[in-house]
Amino acid sequence: MIDTPMLLEGRNLTVTRGGVQVLDVPEFSLREREVLSLIGPNGSGKSTLLLTLACLLQPATGEILYRGEQILSEHSQLLHRRRLAMVFQEPLLFDATVYDNVAAGLKIRHMTRSEIKKRVMETLELVNLAPLAGRSARKLSGGEAQRASLARAFAIKPEMIFLDEPFTALDPPTRLALTEDLERILRETGTTAVLATHDRLEALRLSSRMAVVSGGRIVQSGPPAEVMHHPANEMVAAFVGMENVLTAEIKGASEGMLTLLLGDHTVEVAGSGSPGEMAVFCIRPENVTLTAGDPGGATSARNVFSATITRVIPMGVYSKILLECGFSLVAYLTPQSVGTLHLEEGKQVHVSFKATAVHLIRTCK
Amino acid sequence: MELIYEGIVKAITLILTLDPEVLNITWLSLKVSGTATLISLFLGISAGTMLALADFPGKRLLVSLVNTGMGLPPVVVGLFVTVFLWRNGPLGFLEILYTPGAMILAQAIIATPIVTGITVASIQNLPANLKLQILALGASRHQMVWILIKEARLPLLAGVMAGFGGVISEVGASIMVGGNIKGYSRVLTTATVMETGRGNFDMAIALSLILMLLCFSVNYLLTRIQQRERPR
Repeated sequence: MIDTPMLLEGRNLTVTRGGVQVLDVPEFSLREREVLSLIGPNGSGKSTLLLTLACLLQPATGEILYRGEQILSEHSQLLHRRRLAMVFQEPLLFDATVYDNVAAGLKIRHMTRSEIKKRVMETLELVNLAPLAGRSARKLSGGEAQRASLARAFAIKPEMIFLDEPFTALDPPTRLALTEDLERILRETGTTAVLATHDRLEALRLSSRMAVVSGGRIVQSGPPAEVMHHPANEMVAAFVGMENVLTAEIKGASEGMLTLLLGDHTVEVAGSGSPGEMAVFCIRPENVTLTAGDPGGATSARNVFSATITRVIPMGVYSKILLECGFSLVAYLTPQSVGTLHLEEGKQVHVSFKATAVHLIRTCK
Repeated sequence: MELIYEGIVKAITLILTLDPEVLNITWLSLKVSGTATLISLFLGISAGTMLALADFPGKRLLVSLVNTGMGLPPVVVGLFVTVFLWRNGPLGFLEILYTPGAMILAQAIIATPIVTGITVASIQNLPANLKLQILALGASRHQMVWILIKEARLPLLAGVMAGFGGVISEVGASIMVGGNIKGYSRVLTTATVMETGRGNFDMAIALSLILMLLCFSVNYLLTRIQQRERPR
């Protein structure tokens, strides 16, 4: 993936709105066939970045380069807009039939009627919407409308597609179905994509690279697994679902292992640092293991503590267990495990986690 | 009561026998108001779209002025058009006062703010991101504006109806700048005023029946277009 040619670059991009800087991205790059997700909370600047990259928003400073060439004139901006497609959170369909909607971008490009017909039908097949070609776009369900919007975007065979929270407004099953379809279409067509979302699972599922946006800046960018497991700071940690984020002091260090002081407990983690430093201790809740009764001694986990369950919150496919063991921890378990172990509020259990499951963010002190 | 009854009978006779004077008056009404509406559509839709899409200081003030203009009193328009077209007025050299041309001018001035105001509202009522979506589909500025106007076509047709309805039924400006000259600048409304003044109620009733019928026909046609346009 790294070896594909550079498609789009941004340099020193800033956008100001009402005198306030809402975007500040010194460097942005997008390679061919890459699927980049921009994740971050609402209002973090994801949409602004997308609109800027699509030449739909004039940045206050900075430049955008397509295959190394700067996009400057109004004409080159139009050419740029003609090689990309964009899907917004609202389907924004025209008051016409599904067919005419999907044909819109092709008509703008003055394609012939027969070319348009062929392309529209192909694309409608791609998104499983062919039977609704003649239906009014006003009479589609939310999911169908967003499918039509996707078809309209893919019909022009864009070099890159920008998706701005495309499925946020949909109900969960529809959302899942569309995410699956989008994944398939991106794979089949090999289209380069940038997806803005605040759903980290959607991002994880679709993207080959993840960039976390916060306060108008890209705070971390890398392969999804790296961002999920090695967040660069506390904000990223919280956003990618690291439910256990605690401040700790490094007590000792030897051979790649550190001893941390966490509450009144010492914890062993893998990492580097020097004694006296403060660090942020992160562990994903699915990496915390619970044992009811005696731990029994036979475990590879370096850290075992006795804990009290303070709450059990059913979350559907898993249950969220809040624990107190001198410091607070969150663990995810399947509802079956919760049943088998008879987990309930007030129950004493043992929690354990591996030294290597912990991600440490070193903070300057 | 008998007066009304006789009036209606006479009116129907006049209409059914295709009385040449009545036909002449009706045709001129349609011609003057139709032309004025077309001019106002061209000016109003262009200006309204620009006003809706552009961002500049004083925009709100300008939109408020346009909206006020939607209720422009015809007699005021008639007065100013007369003054401008008066022999030694600024546009006196055109020599069109007391001609159908002057009536078209006055009616276009009345209808343009109506069409402009409705256009501004129609375009602004479209989803905020639609403009960006159209540009992202690869549209040039011109294509984008054209697609937006097409997207707003249903409320814009309401603007056409309001504009036409406003001018076909106005009397003040037409009588002032047209002069109600028989066979030349006499339209349905000015003729109705005159015949009523003379006590010729049968003729007045006939004319007003035709006026209402004309209004209804035109609006029925536009409504048909408006409703058919909506795909099933």
